[in-house]
Amino acid sequence: MADIKRIKVGTASCGLAAGAGAVLSSFQRLAGEIPVVEVGCIGHCYCEPIVEVELKDGSSVFYASVKPDDASIGDILNLTDKGRFTVPAERAALEKLCVTRLAGRINPKDIEEYRANGGFGSLKKACGHTPAEVVEMVKKSGLRGRGGAGFSTGMKWSFLAAKNAPEKILIMNADEGDPGAFMDRSMMESVPFQVLEGMLIGAYATGATKLFIYCRAEYPLAIKHLTIAIEAIRKAGLDRLPGREKPLEITIKEGAGAFVCGEETAMIASLEGKRGQPRFRPPFPTDSGWNTFPTAINNVETFANIPVVIADPEAFAALGTPKSTGTKIFALAGDLKNPGLAEVPMGITLGDIVYKIGGATPGSVKAVQTGGPSGGCIPADKFDVKVDYDSLKELGAIMGSGGLIVIGNDRCMVETARYFLDFTHRESCGKCTFCRVGTMRMWETLERIVAGKGQESDIDFLEDLGNKIRKGSLCALGQTAPGPALSTIRYFRNEYEAHVRDGYCPANQCKALSDVKLDHDKCVKCRLCVKNCPVGAISGDTFVVDNAKCTRCNTCIEMCPKKAISRVKKGEGFNSANGGK
Amino acid sequence: MNPDFSYLSEVSADKGNLIKGLQLVQGREGYVSDAAIHAIGEYFSLADAEVEGVLTFYAQFKRVKPGKYQISACDGTACHIKGAPLIQQWLTDILGIKDGETTPDGLFSISTVACLGCCSLAPVMAVNGRVYGKLDRKALVKIINDYKKQG
Repeated sequence: MADIKRIKVGTASCGLAAGAGAVLSSFQRLAGEIPVVEVGCIGHCYCEPIVEVELKDGSSVFYASVKPDDASIGDILNLTDKGRFTVPAERAALEKLCVTRLAGRINPKDIEEYRANGGFGSLKKACGHTPAEVVEMVKKSGLRGRGGAGFSTGMKWSFLAAKNAPEKILIMNADEGDPGAFMDRSMMESVPFQVLEGMLIGAYATGATKLFIYCRAEYPLAIKHLTIAIEAIRKAGLDRLPGREKPLEITIKEGAGAFVCGEETAMIASLEGKRGQPRFRPPFPTDSGWNTFPTAINNVETFANIPVVIADPEAFAALGTPKSTGTKIFALAGDLKNPGLAEVPMGITLGDIVYKIGGATPGSVKAVQTGGPSGGCIPADKFDVKVDYDSLKELGAIMGSGGLIVIGNDRCMVETARYFLDFTHRESCGKCTFCRVGTMRMWETLERIVAGKGQESDIDFLEDLGNKIRKGSLCALGQTAPGPALSTIRYFRNEYEAHVRDGYCPANQCKALSDVKLDHDKCVKCRLCVKNCPVGAISGDTFVVDNAKCTRCNTCIEMCPKKAISRVKKGEGFNSANGGK
Repeated sequence: MNPDFSYLSEVSADKGNLIKGLQLVQGREGYVSDAAIHAIGEYFSLADAEVEGVLTFYAQFKRVKPGKYQISACDGTACHIKGAPLIQQWLTDILGIKDGETTPDGLFSISTVACLGCCSLAPVMAVNGRVYGKLDRKALVKIINDYKKQG
């Protein structure tokens, strides 16, 4: 214990959900004199709770999947070898931690610790230049918006900087609505000062006077950390920019659960207290935005990049590919071993991310969905694609905010498309007919197909309607909503055809097209399935699953210790309703 | 104004704060009642219909009183891939209520949410904001029973 300087427990949302709260209180009880601090997330969410032990010689030891019992905590305080965690060498070689360098390594609530690690150095550097020079630096770095569209940040800033108005507005888009993306949450929770430093530099460069942070209400911890950070920034006087009479006004506004509010004109409407519906552009927000004042909106990750950019614009531009510079944080989730966050240089191949960083077993992956409900799927045989804004677009997917959902071989692609359309048709704001009615019709059609009631013509109908929705919608929600269906048809048309022609779901995932069967050769008659079946569909004498009663809830499949129960093709399981066959 | 909602003065009566006002009321009451809509309308100088128009646009706002334990079943992409529909079905099996409903004893309510941001622990759900990850049927039954015991 004598060598320990400090203990850091990762208590971002992901850590807390994995039990970091109990680990933290155990350390506080047992660590004696050693300071115990809460930090954010280092991105290795798959082995939370994570504890970092800082040693007096300046080095650190990590422990993964820490248990809160006294014995386990005692072992760590004695620096046991058991449970030590090091980043796998293959992953470490591919990652490039620039933006997330401090995430999970420093106390997110302590402004001094951020300063001690070089924090606010870029703000100081920026303030030593003219605002126009700062905009030029951002332009030169090649930084493109990390929210998904990939518009040049420097260009956007130059539009706002050129305006003459009594108030200019800068908004941070923290309405991370894409299901499956959580890098913004992690950055706000782990390094709120870095995100805000980026915003302060933005305010200096563009002349913005009012700053809004539009954060989803589902991220209470992020809001808490930002609130603490804003207060500290005010106390330190950092909100008083050189040449300004008044300090900056910084306000956090909580979103209220509308996906479309990630679109900039919808977000502005929502900030004005209205229904969050997008409007026609032009006028662009930089001409007329919040309450008609010139307004620019940047994503959380974009702002988190700014301190890195300002520190050395040339070095930033040298990273990644010529047209997509710098690094990108990806959120990995789905069917893979190591879900979490990874920061990699642009231009890395998708296969490297999925297999070498995500730890997915080669051969087990069918596709990856990028960009959430607005994106598309990329099949495994295209995984040598270099990940940047433009190459993904060519494949019918988008970079989006950086969510990567790995879809395993046992998932049905039609069901995946149905899921995304279920999301988008409910989130359509209703303004444009093609989006409002069209996504509804696409969803209904997909529902029909997964229910085994599809027709051959449905596939062409989906393609035709999808392309029309793309053209007939005002904002990106409608323009991208057909993506999941169109891209799955493009790459997995055979699965659609199997559903509509043969009433067969190749992945045996669609309830209406599959049966449940118990393999008697593997069964050890432990009766777990019989006891736990909620509808009594499994006979306790013969151990046969009656598919007439079975609701395909998968309880027995999950519980069976011998993996004797599985989904099979419709008609291959026992069914009492059709004469026992 | 209805004295029950006098705490609305915590936010300024600027129309831009309407959503904040609605969030404040829901935070206190758990939902937005007819009386609350009227009080909010008076406070922000808006017609009741305008308040309701904004309210119904956003998924966060509830017009029905939720249960003591509010279950948010995540159906984000990662959770969906990892079996969120089963979690929802199991919740319905165990509690006898569907998405958006409250149990007759007022103890539990279920709402399906888009993403809780804990995708790496999928499938997840939250009970009154506390997140439970890597759910299976056994874990789910235990969590619900623990809350039932607490009453």
